[in-house]
Order: sequence, then structure tokens, then C-alpha cells
Amino acid sequence: MTQTAAVAGPARARTRRRMTGLLIGLAALAVAVVLSIAVGSRFIGPAEVWRVLWNDDGSPSAVIVHQLRLPRTALAIGVGAALGLAGTLMQALTRNPLAEPGLLGVNLGASTGVVIAIAFLGVGSATGYVWFAFLGAALTSAIVFALGGSGRAATPERQVLAGVSFTAVLGAIVWAVLVTRRDAFDKYRHWDVGSLSDRETDTLVQVAPFLVVGILLALALGGRLNALGMGDESATALGAHPGRIRVLGIVAITLLCGAATAACGPLWFIGLAVPYIARMFTGADHRWILVYALVLGPTLLLVSDVAGRVLVSPAELPVGVVTAFLGAPLFIALCRRRKLRLL
Amino acid sequence: MKAGSKVRAVRYGPVSLRLHPRALAVGAALLLVALAVALVNLTSGDFPLPASDVLRSLVGQGDAGTDFIVLELRLPRVLLTLLVGAALGAGGAVFQSLTRNPLGSPDFVGITVGAATGALVVMLILGGGGVQVATGAVIGCVATSVGIYLLAFRRGAQPFRLVLMGVGVSALLEAFNSYLIYRGRLDEAMAAQVWQIGSVNGRTWTEVTIVGVAVAVLLPIALYYGRQLTMLSLGDEMAVLHGVPVERSRIVLALAAVGLAAGATAAAGPIAFVALAAPPLAARLTRSPGAGILPAAMMGAALLTAGDWAAQHTLPGDDIPVGIITAALGGVYLTWLLIHERRTRG
Repeated sequence: MTQTAAVAGPARARTRRRMTGLLIGLAALAVAVVLSIAVGSRFIGPAEVWRVLWNDDGSPSAVIVHQLRLPRTALAIGVGAALGLAGTLMQALTRNPLAEPGLLGVNLGASTGVVIAIAFLGVGSATGYVWFAFLGAALTSAIVFALGGSGRAATPERQVLAGVSFTAVLGAIVWAVLVTRRDAFDKYRHWDVGSLSDRETDTLVQVAPFLVVGILLALALGGRLNALGMGDESATALGAHPGRIRVLGIVAITLLCGAATAACGPLWFIGLAVPYIARMFTGADHRWILVYALVLGPTLLLVSDVAGRVLVSPAELPVGVVTAFLGAPLFIALCRRRKLRLL
Repeated sequence: MKAGSKVRAVRYGPVSLRLHPRALAVGAALLLVALAVALVNLTSGDFPLPASDVLRSLVGQGDAGTDFIVLELRLPRVLLTLLVGAALGAGGAVFQSLTRNPLGSPDFVGITVGAATGALVVMLILGGGGVQVATGAVIGCVATSVGIYLLAFRRGAQPFRLVLMGVGVSALLEAFNSYLIYRGRLDEAMAAQVWQIGSVNGRTWTEVTIVGVAVAVLLPIALYYGRQLTMLSLGDEMAVLHGVPVERSRIVLALAAVGLAAGATAAAGPIAFVALAAPPLAARLTRSPGAGILPAAMMGAALLTAGDWAAQHTLPGDDIPVGIITAALGGVYLTWLLIHERRTRG
């Protein structure tokens, strides 16, 4: 056996493993989509779903599928992909396995922007407050990154605490505004819990441009994140610009988190779990992790959403509650390990 | 040894006490500050009163109108603020010493969030009020403490892990809390939300009694066992060598601190960051490495009373919950703490 074959063997095995994992992920996503369309307070069988999907005949099933479940599923796919990618980017940029848009306060930063928009500026639609969500998300991620230390990494735990402490300040601002305004409070509590239901049907359309740009930017960063993972000096030696990569990364995170939060409220767990699961299949290559995130994020969010519809049927558990109940145990399990490995 | 950490022994017959003059002086000064601010709070409000009238009412010499405003409306709130602040400060000092971590305070490790969950369940699901809410808060508080302790303390105590477990459990419970608020009716939900932020508005003598009993019973216990905190902070082996019954002291102290936090939260809701910030600030004044429990309690009372004054005067015409003020200031303090700690280590 020649030397190249000896090297190529494991590499090919790894690629096969990555492809297999991706196929499993895609299959799971397909199942999740079907479930999301079929399951709810009124169950619609797969055959029926298939029929009305192509033939909007005005029957009750067709109305439910086209008016409610399809938009909701599409929104979950977009938001799930955004949160999965944002979590991956944050973990790569901070080299922190606990980094997550929710935990580090970026989503709440976006919330704060939205609250100020709702309460003081009378903004009512997602098109309007998405900009405030961006502003809040951008400021928060910049501040939390600076607090956690960018180049010489602080410990993962410390970064989480920086996020928590900053979140407390933001939370105080939010509540100072809301306790005095009944109408804004009522809007906010439905949005804050994190939910895919009772959103305006065109929510996805309104945030779609930002999501698309954010997703493309995130995917384009894959190779450079790998370079960054070797440390700033090695990355520079390889011709990458660590500073530029970080700025682009923060721009992508802002677009993704801002759009996702404006659409469904602050959700967490997706950004924590997706990179974690992806790495089990892909190893450390970010080009692959990002592609996985694009598949796994929507799958997880859809499954959580379906679970929320089933668990307390006929009522509904908002998806944010489901993800928190899935995410907290994962976070606790990760922290219980003896020592967290830096990524 | 610094001049500030002098210890004086006082012996009177069989009783002997070690006194820290500076700690006592700081404690007394902080108590005076707290009382002075409390007096200001008694005079101010929708109907301002001169301090002389307030004092006359307090000693039972005032006229009926002033008596009603001072004794019925304002005094419960002011007393509640003092007692809750003291309970939080003392509880925080004990927790931080036990976990050997400046972040190991009851509000940060998620215990008070658990108390909020208990209270919200009573308010929004069972439809209870008053004492029932307080009971729910105490149950939630104790259950959460036990849960976090069990999660964090497998294979040896890891104080920092305790804080992180607290973050995780808090996230879970906060999601549940926001769900309860989401599904409640608007008025109930809003009241529950104000409770969840932590507020001393509209409290009566019932709440004052709750936290008063907690402080009266548990603060002496904490002070008594707290003498061994210095030994405990040297590590278990050293403490055992010095004849300290380690496990018993630790458990009694932890229970007392949980009880103080539970009493404070049951009365005023989970007011953030007082327990976190009061002990280190007091330690700065006493110039001692560990925070004394008594100075921390006085610092807590002073901080919360001042916070309540700010809550009444920040927005004109609005009486915002004091928890908002403490969260905003405490978040800034904590951020500073993290930056500072990194600098000194780096």
C-alpha cells in the first residue's frame, strides 16, 4: 500500500461518515416537516396532507395546511437554520462550547431593541422592529465578545457569566419600560415566551432577506473559521485576517439572531445543541458543521414545536418553553463534565 | 496584619467574645445610613411630611392623619425594605463564603428564581394570594436549592460548578415562569410579573412579619455558626484540625442562608443582586478578606433602602418595582467584577 493511500483511506472514511450523517439529518428534517404539517389540534393524515398540498380545494384540511401549518413550518425552518448557524459561529469565534445566542444575551439584546420600539416608538409590525432587533443584537454581541476577551480567550464559563450579567441589565431596562405600559406588556409577554404560532403570516417574508444574507455570509466563513481555530498567529500566517473574520462573523450573527428574534422571540438551546450534535459527525471542520447546522437547526426547532403541540393538547406549549426544557439539561450535562475543553 | 483587622477579646466571667472593632463600627455606620434613608422614605411620597412630624408619629405623639400615613402606609414598606435587605445581605455573605466564590449568592445560583416559580404557581394556577404566595415561594426556594445542590455536588464540591448549575436551572425555571405569565389573564399576569421583578410596593404587616421572623430566628444562627466561616474558608482539613465540626456547620449555615433568602423572597419577590453585591462592598469597608455577616446584612439594608428611594424617584409619578433598580445597578457591578477579575488574573 502506498503512502497516499494510507492517508486517503481515513480521509475517505471520514467523508463517508460526514455524508451519511448529513443524509440522516436530511431524512430527519423531512420527517419533521411532515409531522409539523400533519400534527396539531386537528390531525391530518399524510395522504390527506399530500393531496391538499398540491390541490387547495378549500376543504377545512386545505385551509389549515395552507393558512396555518405551512407558514408556521416555513418560519420554523428559517428561524431554526438561523439560530443553528448563529450558535455555530459564536462557538467558533469565541472557541467556547457554551457560547449560544440565548445564553450570551444576544437574543435578549434584540428583545430590548424590540421593546423600546414597541413601547416608545409605537412600532407594531415585524418589518418595523426588525431594525431595532438588529441594533440591539449588534450592540450586545459586540459588548459580550469584548467582555469575554476576543483573542486571548477567557474561560467558557466566564463568558457565559458575562452574558448573564449583561442580560440582567438589559432585563431591567425591558421591565422598567413594560411594568408601566399595559398594552406593550401584553404584546411583549406573547412574544417573549418564544413562539411560532399566532405570528402574522407574512412574518417570514419580512425577515427573509436578512435571513438569506446572514445564512450565505455564515456559510462563506466556514474555511476561515477553520484557520481562526488554529489561533490568531497561525491564522495570520496562513493569510487570513482574524480581525476581519470576527467582524464578518459578528455581522452574520447579528443578522441571524436579530431576524430570528424579531420573528419568534428570544429562543435558546438551538444554538447550543446544533453545533454540539454536528461535531459528533463532522469533527472540527467548520465548513461541514455549518452545512449540518443548516439541516439540524430546522429539524430541532420543528421537533420542539411539534412536541409543544402534542404535550399539553388541546392547548399548546410555546416552542420557547420546549427548547428551554431541552436545552437546560444539555447545558447542565456539559457543565458537569470535569473540565470544559476549549474548542 | 493590617490595622483594620485588629481583634479584641472581651471576657466577662465564663463568656468570651472576639470583637472586630472595625467591623462593628462599619456595621453601626451602615445601620445609621440605612435608618437615615429609611427616615427620608417615610417623609417622601405623594403627600410629603416634615421629618419632625414623622418622628412624632413614630413615638406615638402624632395626629391621626399623619399616624395613618406614616404607620399604616409607609412604615410597613420601609421596615420590609430594611429587613429584606438585611436578610439578603446576610444570606449572600454566608453563601459566598461557603462557595468561596463572589458569584455564589442565592440570587445568582437560581434559588430565588425557584422561589418565583413557586409563587407564580400559587398566583396563576392555584389562584392564591398573600400568605399562600409566600408559602409557595418558600417551597419553591427550598426545592430548587436541594436540586441545584444535588446537581452540582457529585464527585466532590465544585463551587464554580454550583454557579453554572444555577445558570442552567435558572434558564429552565425562567422559561417556565414566562410560560405561566404568557397563559395567565392580563391583570393577573401583570401582577405576577411585578412580583417576579421584586417589589416592596403595597406590602402589609403580613409580609413584614414573614421576613421579620426569618431574620429574628435565622440571623443569630447564621452569626453564631458564621464564626467558623473563616476556618471553613481555609479548607476542610484545616478546619477539622482546628476542631470545627465541618459538615454540621456547613449544613446549618447553608440552611440558614436558604431560609433567609426564602423569607426575603416570600415577602418582596426575588430582588436581584443585593445578596451578590452587599457582602463584597461591606468587606471593602471593613478591610477584611471575608465579609462579616453582620456588616453585610447592614449593607444590604442600606442598599435596598436607597434602591427603594431611587425606585420612587426615577420616573416622575411612577413607583417602579425596586427590583428593576437593583438589577440595573447590580448588572453593571457584576460586569465590572468580571472585567476586574480578568485583569488581575491576566
